[in-house]
Amino acid sequence: MKKVMAVASIGGHWIQLLRIARPMEGHYEMVYVSTHPKCATMVEGQKYCLTTDFSRSDAWKLVPAFLKAIKTIRKEKPDAIITTGAAPGLVYLLVGKLFGRKTIWIDSIANAEHLSASGRMASWFASRTYTQWEDLATGKIQYAGNVFGNTL
Amino acid sequence: MIFVTIGTQLPFDRLIKIIDELAPQLNEEVIAQVYQCGFTPKNIKTVDFLAPDEFNTLFDKARLIVSHAGMGTILSALQKDKPIIVFPRIAALGEHRNEHQLATARKFKELGTVNVAMNEDELTSMLLDGNQTTLQHIGNSASSSLIQSIQAFIDE
Repeated sequence: MKKVMAVASIGGHWIQLLRIARPMEGHYEMVYVSTHPKCATMVEGQKYCLTTDFSRSDAWKLVPAFLKAIKTIRKEKPDAIITTGAAPGLVYLLVGKLFGRKTIWIDSIANAEHLSASGRMASWFASRTYTQWEDLATGKIQYAGNVFGNTL
Repeated sequence: MIFVTIGTQLPFDRLIKIIDELAPQLNEEVIAQVYQCGFTPKNIKTVDFLAPDEFNTLFDKARLIVSHAGMGTILSALQKDKPIIVFPRIAALGEHRNEHQLATARKFKELGTVNVAMNEDELTSMLLDGNQTTLQHIGNSASSSLIQSIQAFIDE
């Protein structure tokens, strides 16, 4: 069974990630990564790892976040890493890329008019980048649906 | 009870102020999750950071949710059939880093996904009316086409 690491910051990114990753639990061994210890209660029975949160306003935390990502990815050895963002997810994708793993960015549905800044950066190196809005799809940025399900 | 939530990253005093000033006319308990609020609300109960389980308890108890255009709250409201009014942050007023909340709110208004108040007047009249219903229901997972696409790529 392949192993998939699913990464997102607490809040909307995490809620979106769960709607994509939880249905995969039967297919893969999952490792969840988020930025608050309490997020573990939402994936009970699954492996959960904590990581450092940061954004542009406290960008120096990029360093501990990067080191944490290296440690976690080396230990868990996932075949693929998926993330819905934000900045910590981008760090995990970058480290995953350096370790030769498949890296998948799913841009938040909150970016209805253009891809997020993190999403644009992810699209430069990630194995695959998705948008959740059909009109934002390009050759490189794919659309295959969204976290709402089949209603939107 | 009306539960007001603005997320955990940035203050949103404009929304809290509107609600606080309107609260005496609402005849209903209002609980607001605030973050670095620059004034002391007089007419509503406020709480600081909420862990996911505490957040869910208040969310489930509420009759109506009033929220910034944060996706976590919007998704939870749609899944739990909880009426919600979305009031987007405006970056031009220093309420966010960019205008994605405004863009998302406009899109959801156009698609009829949730009730959206674009300004104070709209929010005030919606709250005084108080009869907002849910506009859409979603299940508990993303589009099967998206999940299948990701899985097919991982399995390659």
